[in-house]
Amino acid sequence: MNWTAIWVTFKLASLTAAVLLVVGLPIAYWLTFSKWRWKFIVESVVALPLVLPPTVLGFYILVAIGPYSPVGRFYSDVAGQPLPFTFEGLLLASILYSLPFAVQPFAAAFEQVDRRLIETSWTLGVSRMTTFFKLIVPLSMAGLVTGAVLSFAHTLGEFGVVLMVGGNIEGETRTVSIDIYDEVQALNYAGAAKTALLLLAVSYGVLLLVYAMNRKVWAVWPQK
Amino acid sequence: MAAEMIIDMTKTFPDRAPIQACLRYTVEASTVLILFGPSGSGKTTILRSVAGLEWPEDGRIQFLSRIWLDTRSGIRVSPQDRHIGYMPQDYALFPTYSVAGNIGYGLGALTSHDRNKRIAEVVELFKLQGLEAAKPRELSGGQQQRVALARAVAPRPQLLLLDEPLSALDAPTRLHLRGELRILLKQLAVPSIIVTHDWTEALTLGDVMAVVGEGQIHQVGKPHEVFSRPADADVARIVGVETVVQGQVIENANGLATVAVNGTRLKGLSSNAIGAAVYVCIRAEDVVVEQAGSGMTSARNHLMGRVSDIAPQGVMVQVTIDCGFPLAATITRGAVEDLRLVPGASVIAAIKAGAVHLVPRSVG
Repeated sequence: MNWTAIWVTFKLASLTAAVLLVVGLPIAYWLTFSKWRWKFIVESVVALPLVLPPTVLGFYILVAIGPYSPVGRFYSDVAGQPLPFTFEGLLLASILYSLPFAVQPFAAAFEQVDRRLIETSWTLGVSRMTTFFKLIVPLSMAGLVTGAVLSFAHTLGEFGVVLMVGGNIEGETRTVSIDIYDEVQALNYAGAAKTALLLLAVSYGVLLLVYAMNRKVWAVWPQK
Repeated sequence: MAAEMIIDMTKTFPDRAPIQACLRYTVEASTVLILFGPSGSGKTTILRSVAGLEWPEDGRIQFLSRIWLDTRSGIRVSPQDRHIGYMPQDYALFPTYSVAGNIGYGLGALTSHDRNKRIAEVVELFKLQGLEAAKPRELSGGQQQRVALARAVAPRPQLLLLDEPLSALDAPTRLHLRGELRILLKQLAVPSIIVTHDWTEALTLGDVMAVVGEGQIHQVGKPHEVFSRPADADVARIVGVETVVQGQVIENANGLATVAVNGTRLKGLSSNAIGAAVYVCIRAEDVVVEQAGSGMTSARNHLMGRVSDIAPQGVMVQVTIDCGFPLAATITRGAVEDLRLVPGASVIAAIKAGAVHLVPRSVG
């Protein structure tokens, strides 16, 4: 098994989930509570990665961070190296690609919080920000874990975006899914099978966690 | 400047009558304003506007010298800065916090020592000892109500806003807590606004009462005055109790109390002690009018009186009988003709004891 690829993949997935937890919360909060009439435009943009082919998304990100774009030039001036075909570039692409997998569960959880609880908190003199952390976050915990775990799992399995933005650099951007593809290309089915099984087991385990977390009633094992 | 509460607001909703409330009353240390009306009348919206949770398109809300809303000069004070205690209808206890956590929730500005001290004080005041660590879902309805009130009171608000404080409770608990709430509100010496559709609550708890119907305030006055002298037919329909007179319990045997009202004796169901001052409340539809000199009935009250007024109300007629106090009775037009009722005619008004409601009169 290619342990370097596995390490790169887990590092990428963990960092993506962590960044999305920070970036996704304010976006989800705004999407849930804003009364702006054109909100649906932002909602659609956030959901785009769900339907767009990863190659299309990857292509646009590649162009956007490439040396011909202001963003790409600014980054290479500051960091001393270009963003495409690096781990950092791949991380940025993964964050955008998994955005809906974090934001949508977050927003769904916020939606479930009774507005009257939030309003009562305000009347007790507690600011909106403090209300968010003291009241909304604890009540949305299952949704927050779901969002983080789903974005982690989704990043584990990405392929098209990695190929477009990251390329296939050992130790830098070669992830498990690319590695499996390479093994198959080289007709090394045994190696591919082992790595594939690992990915299957991890993905299944992660989803088990999500569904168990979101189960409201435990018939035989009551939540205390 | 007199200490006043001024509410003058317009709020429109799609598919609903707009709310145009205009109300002004004098506030003393523990003045309780009752917003009384049927569900959907807009009383909750008025309360929420005072809380800062609804924003009227137009208007002004002023509490004492503080202007909370003035759309003309663009003043909009947030709910956080109004220093109010708000209790929504279903209490909205924070499920992830314990009883003590709920009560201490609004005390974030205090040091942890002062906070714990205040929590302990409030826990004692609301008789919640032993429940500090319990989660809201483990509490009974009455306990939840007390925790919600305790949470609202803990940060020492300037004004308490209670939306249907007793309606989520079962009848016996409601009856019990109604009296407790009145005593507590006086003890706290904080002015409050209470939304209710229950006239017994209005009479027990209120100092001032505003009758709300279809988004408008129809009448403002002392509760028993509003009940006994409704300003117009709309108010009479909304309050639904035509006779409200003051009386005193002079006898009480096994829950069947005798009250004296201006020399007339009435029997009603009550647990009030002898000597207690009560409001005697009788709905006009519960009064049966008989010709003088007819036989016995099962009704416990037979009051001799003279017809003082006959007012047609659609298919029914409201007859006012002077039997020591004015008593309203709603009967059909046919009955008026059969009994040959004219002003001055002698009649007997029969009322079952169960239809004579005795509501304790407000203390202080």
